[in-house]
Amino acid sequence: MLAATAREAPTMSTEMTRRALMGATAGTLLMAGSDAGAQQKPSELRIGITTFLSGAASVFGVPAKQMAELLFEQINASGGIGGVPVRAYFVDEAPGTDHLVGEYRRLVQNEGVQVVFASISSGSCLACTPLSDEMRKTTLLWDCGTQRIFEEGKHPFAFRTQGYGTPEVLAPLLYLLKTKPDFRTLAVINQDYAWGRDSWELFRTAMDVLKPGVRVVAEMFPRLGATDFSTEVTRLLASRPDVILTTSWGGDLVTLVRQASERRLFERSTFVMPVAEASMQILGRTMPAGHIIGARGDHWNNHPKPKDPAKLAKFVEAYRAKHNEYPIYPCHHMAQAISALQAAYARAIAAKGGGWPNDAELANAFRGLTFDTPTSAIMLREDGQGLEDQIVGLSSFNDRFPFAVPKDMVIFPAAMVSTPVGMKSVDWLKTLKPEMLAQVPAAI
Amino acid sequence: MAEWFHDNGLLLGLALLDGLAYAALVFMVAVGLNLVFGVLRIVNVAHGSLFAIGAYAAASIGLFFVSLGLPPIAGYFALIAAAAIVGALLGPVIEKVLLRRIYGHEDVLQLLVTFALFMILEDVQKLIWGVQPVSQDLPMKQLGTIDVPFGDDVIPFTIYQLFVLPGVAVATLLGLALFLRRTLAGRMIVAVTADKEAATAMGIDSARIMLLTFTAGAALAALGGALASPTTSLVPGIGAQTIVLSFAVVATAGLGQIEGAALTSLMMGLGRSIAVYFAPEFEVVVPYLIMVAVLLVRPQGLFGVPETRRV
Amino acid sequence: MSQGLIALIGAAGLIAASIAIPWLKFVLTIALAKGIAVLGILLLLRAGQVSFGHAMFLATGAYTVAFLAPTIPEALLLIPLAALIAGALGLVVGLFVVRYRDIFFGMLNLAISMVLYSLLEKLYDITKGTDGIRVARTTFLGMEPARETQEWLMFGIALALAAGFGLLVAAYLQSPMGRALAGIKTRETRLEFLGVSARRVLLFAYVASAVMGGIGGALVAMTTRHVTPLLGYWTSSGELVFIAILGGAGSAVGAFLGAVAFELVRVYAAASVADAWQMILGGVLLLVILFAPGGLWGILSSRLKARA
Repeated sequence: MLAATAREAPTMSTEMTRRALMGATAGTLLMAGSDAGAQQKPSELRIGITTFLSGAASVFGVPAKQMAELLFEQINASGGIGGVPVRAYFVDEAPGTDHLVGEYRRLVQNEGVQVVFASISSGSCLACTPLSDEMRKTTLLWDCGTQRIFEEGKHPFAFRTQGYGTPEVLAPLLYLLKTKPDFRTLAVINQDYAWGRDSWELFRTAMDVLKPGVRVVAEMFPRLGATDFSTEVTRLLASRPDVILTTSWGGDLVTLVRQASERRLFERSTFVMPVAEASMQILGRTMPAGHIIGARGDHWNNHPKPKDPAKLAKFVEAYRAKHNEYPIYPCHHMAQAISALQAAYARAIAAKGGGWPNDAELANAFRGLTFDTPTSAIMLREDGQGLEDQIVGLSSFNDRFPFAVPKDMVIFPAAMVSTPVGMKSVDWLKTLKPEMLAQVPAAI
Repeated sequence: MAEWFHDNGLLLGLALLDGLAYAALVFMVAVGLNLVFGVLRIVNVAHGSLFAIGAYAAASIGLFFVSLGLPPIAGYFALIAAAAIVGALLGPVIEKVLLRRIYGHEDVLQLLVTFALFMILEDVQKLIWGVQPVSQDLPMKQLGTIDVPFGDDVIPFTIYQLFVLPGVAVATLLGLALFLRRTLAGRMIVAVTADKEAATAMGIDSARIMLLTFTAGAALAALGGALASPTTSLVPGIGAQTIVLSFAVVATAGLGQIEGAALTSLMMGLGRSIAVYFAPEFEVVVPYLIMVAVLLVRPQGLFGVPETRRV
Repeated sequence: MSQGLIALIGAAGLIAASIAIPWLKFVLTIALAKGIAVLGILLLLRAGQVSFGHAMFLATGAYTVAFLAPTIPEALLLIPLAALIAGALGLVVGLFVVRYRDIFFGMLNLAISMVLYSLLEKLYDITKGTDGIRVARTTFLGMEPARETQEWLMFGIALALAAGFGLLVAAYLQSPMGRALAGIKTRETRLEFLGVSARRVLLFAYVASAVMGGIGGALVAMTTRHVTPLLGYWTSSGELVFIAILGGAGSAVGAFLGAVAFELVRVYAAASVADAWQMILGGVLLLVILFAPGGLWGILSSRLKARA
């Protein structure tokens, strides 16, 4: 764990081999006594963070990185975690999973990171969680949404410090059923990749159970990163569905909203957009009012009842001061992971009477942990999944923000919209009853 | 069969209208690539990056004009300015600094150089414009929409996409055709495309022609990007997608064939939009299927001239 | 100094590096796997043809392993199976593709690989789309050793296959068939006049390259334990060609020099300048092409000749 010598980035093979040999000798000697039991307090707490730094998803990845840097700066200014300064190592997910898997290993075996934050892409998470099992390294799934992770296996070292696909899709559906109960036709236009497909399957399964008989007039899956939706918009205009679902994000969602609003599609159909929050600032006044928007959690800038309003305001302002924009949900997800990290270390150190926890002790500290978030608090279940409330509302404009924010917000408690431990989401959704609509809380 | 047309005829009509705008943009990018290949015999992978940079530049200049308080019509000048600037700046720089060194080299190496350039320009885009979506849609918005009748209903189409894009594409096609056939510079380009050695022997300054052609190709790519930018939002990676599609068009059309590029773009555009309506699963694959089908039957492309084999 | 000696020294270096820095084993195994695939590119380059779609064979090999691993966990069976299926695909595609030359050859390969990529992405129910498939645990001669040992085994297998195919390819290039390949590049018609069917020669090389691509893909799958369609994307094909040129298109050793260098540069570029790694790789490629077109092997061999 303390192979700290080979840190610099060497240039080519030969130089590297020489340093490697030196590093090996030092490392091997140090390795001899560093297993389990008596854990030395390290000079730095190293965290590996995988995120998108290039490609289309960098719209999420870069703000999250910026948030991480901001928060770690603050943490180190006040003494670090358990008295140890934190250092982050960022890795780009964009090159693909074969590169990422190698990077995970490098972070753990070479850089000696204690915890890994992975990832934005569900594919990346699916590849990294087995590694966390293998290498027994706590891995915080800080942003990916696939429900497959904890439903398809046990991962004692992986913890998701946020919600995931099922509540993120179920909550907007419940909101729709409450606010527009008489819709008869629906169309879906999702990005053609795992999230687009999964989210549709979840939505549709729940919809068919909670409101049977809805006719799906079009199912469209344009390529991820498509730059033009004109044809799809025409088709939607022609088929006139009452509701249009889209779980698109990033540049795709921005383009879709622009092209659709230009051609008055928003006047014909009600849109349901579970992942829209991150695109609101860019859309500004182009975003039409009166459509259902979600934030993959409860992180709206105008959260009506934050647990600690002053803390939320400070959090938002700190980011705004530095980057001239409001934080979007990936920033909140990153903050959640970091908050969980702090809480877990505090818990683990306390449990060990002030000593530094080893890998197993740290992982145990996460299990069942409740930690604060900028807006409320999240609890990590025994299977590692976090329970995060979902806030859904109707897009609207006010004087506080130059972009759309929700009104008539409903806070869906996590337990209501998350799959129980041990069940597969699709199976659970099939057991839902229309009566559950009565339990939906009133709008705030 | 007739019944199908009766039921779906109107939809087919809509699909045709949709395909036009898409085909127009594809053509703008492909024609530049085609020109460059015809004269320089280099497949320029970085062509997609020029498209992206043209798009970003158009958005930036447009936003700048808006901040100056200029009337919306200035937005169109922004588009043309972006294309001209990118073409005039990057074109000669790339040609002189990079491509000139590798003309004698093997095809593979030339292609890889442009591939390396593409990788570099991808990160350059990120450094200049960041990773958040950039958009400036005023040129499209201010033209408004036109209602196309559809049975008892109407479908709004944007005037920009229905008329401006195809219009510019057709103008480019005619302009290029005229340029290549009627002007001296154009005919020199045609000569160099046909046989560089012979053309040089006739006294044509091939080096200048190659510079001119590459600059024109770059400007066309940038213009395509500039035209596309009001319709969409620009994120890292749009260059990469455009280039693969352009390859498909160029290979299917036949290298160096301008009219062929136009027809093929139309085919691909219509094929794609029809697929979105009637067989959405195949939408992405349609261009490649068309390409494979055409090349199997006519290896030199639809309008290509079979290369004479040297013995 | 012959290629063989360089290869031996290189292999020893790789082993030493893996002992010294354990996580490097992973990177080097991937590099060796890609190097084997690049050997295939090399064969085609000898004939003056570049394929921009060879990632499809990588993907085929990888997905074969991913699909079969649950029922046939034996690694020593999976690799030949992947090779077989990739080779079969290579035969089918090759029969069409070898009629074309130069840019059309490259483009057709690209098109077909993009079709395969789209299928991998879209047939979500079978391939799990972009999320990818996790590769189940593999056994070695029936045994399931500890993780550390498994990593060494994979590394060892990759090294052995690399050496084996390297030798085969080197021998092939010296043989009459290999010389015929070069004939396609210089003057194909004269080759035909000699009575050698250019198509058959190219087809043989193509199928061989498909087999090697499939083996490379299988090794990648068993090492990363997770396959996604990205392995078959056109940029992945571009990477293989990049490595071929970086290493030096002239020799089998070059393929592995290039692969190791590429993977190391990419890892260290990504580690030090996480958001500009593409630019760095592009820059490296440009420098090599402009100033050292013989690739790393070219630099190495001229240095050694100068010394001798």
